[in-house]
Amino acid sequence: MMKIKSFFAEHLLPPAIGIGLFILAWSLIAQTGDNLPGPLKTWDSAVVLFSDPFYQNGPNDQGIGWNVLASLGRVGIGFGLAALVGIPLGFLIGRVDFLNKMSAPVVSMLRPVSPLAWLPIGLLVFNASNPAAIWVIFISSIWPMIINTAMGVRQLPQDYLNVARVLNLSEWKVFAKILFPATLPYMLTGIRLAIGTAWLVIVAAEMLTGGVGIGFWVWDEWNNLNVEHIIIAIFVVGIVGLLLEMMLIQIAKRFSY
Amino acid sequence: MSKYVQIENVQMMFGTKQGPFIALRDIDLKIDPGEFITLIGHSGCGKSTLLNLIAGLLLPTDGVMLCANREITGPGPDRGVVFQNHSLLPWLTCFENVHLAVERVFGATESKAQLAQRTNDALELVHLTHAAQKLPHEISGGMKQRVGIARALSMQPKVLLMDEPFGALDALTRAHLQDELMKIVADTQSTVVMVTHDVDEAVLLSDRIVMMTNGPAATIGEILTVDLPKPRDRLALANDARYHSLRGAVLEFLYQKQARKAA
Repeated sequence: MMKIKSFFAEHLLPPAIGIGLFILAWSLIAQTGDNLPGPLKTWDSAVVLFSDPFYQNGPNDQGIGWNVLASLGRVGIGFGLAALVGIPLGFLIGRVDFLNKMSAPVVSMLRPVSPLAWLPIGLLVFNASNPAAIWVIFISSIWPMIINTAMGVRQLPQDYLNVARVLNLSEWKVFAKILFPATLPYMLTGIRLAIGTAWLVIVAAEMLTGGVGIGFWVWDEWNNLNVEHIIIAIFVVGIVGLLLEMMLIQIAKRFSY
Repeated sequence: MSKYVQIENVQMMFGTKQGPFIALRDIDLKIDPGEFITLIGHSGCGKSTLLNLIAGLLLPTDGVMLCANREITGPGPDRGVVFQNHSLLPWLTCFENVHLAVERVFGATESKAQLAQRTNDALELVHLTHAAQKLPHEISGGMKQRVGIARALSMQPKVLLMDEPFGALDALTRAHLQDELMKIVADTQSTVVMVTHDVDEAVLLSDRIVMMTNGPAATIGEILTVDLPKPRDRLALANDARYHSLRGAVLEFLYQKQARKAA
């Protein structure tokens, strides 16, 4: 009995109070004017919305489920391509000092650029909005993956390399048994940061490119002046982002030594 | 006899920002097969450098180093190394850590079953069969060091090189592992070169104690032959006059002839 009580007090009570205060503040702000819908109104709207998340009424009117899936699909493709390019590149940059010095100025210069600045380049090159959105995700995810993978390779303890040397392991064995597992936790950090950024960026990218997707949906509902739906979208984006993050933390835990 | 190490006139110089730094000079040492050699000296005397030279992790700037009549040009499986901090790969089980070495040396000529057998034999030698499937972080420091020894021995090296292998362990565990090492070395007839800063350990284990002068430009000061009969028993030695005179000789070298200036 004591245990249940203290678990409740330590782990459930504080977040519950936090959420409660947030909703209270929200409803107080909503009452001061009539533009912002309060929690109850939003809840009613959400119940309607989520009762049929997968309807299809043409390309510009689809259920919220389809919109989220479309966004996740873009993030998945852009992010996957970035992993395919960024992780091997990170290994090379981490392992070969010359490549590191060669790439350092380019990477440091391009990394701080907002990924959205690349959107026009994507539109220009691909002549279509969907690949352009994926391109933006690719650009936003690739930097953390290159940088963290390269850092992991460089942090490889000399002890492990000495083991490789006294055992005279082949290059492939060094990679498979030492370099890759030693770098994996860093790589997973890179992947987590990349997914986080990608999910941040997709909403903005889709607002600009249109089509089906949670970002465009927000913009569309703004044009319809359906503010409840915009608030719901904010929650959906937040919760999906949280789930992605938690999933990757679980994976990373599995590979921490 | 193929198991032996020959070091002639070896010098080791490191390039530093302040110019060349001579770590070792005029090192001459011949190690017979089956011999147990310890290298002892104050920190900074280059004893680990000498061990790394034999291991092939460093190459001498001058002189000749041979292992079984072949020049040492780099690390090789004929010289098994046990590192001070065990250096097990944390993502591999004890079995896999040893197997990695076995596979490298015997993988081309032996079947999978034979390789597994060799791995298990090595783990049995250090009494760790029960921990074979454990990861390094699940076992104690002493056990990790035993896996490190098993890994080195599993390659059937001509020489076993140990760099302060028990330095990071508590005194009781250290004594226990020293006893085990004596048994293993007696069973396997291994040739051993061990770096230590522990006088008792040196006298207990060695056939010869190589005492190094202080760096820079360190060299071999004296070589003390330990003619105590084997197998040795630490309790019996505690009351043995010869043991104490040998111990006294090492202490005299370290604290009188090569006394460290107050730091």
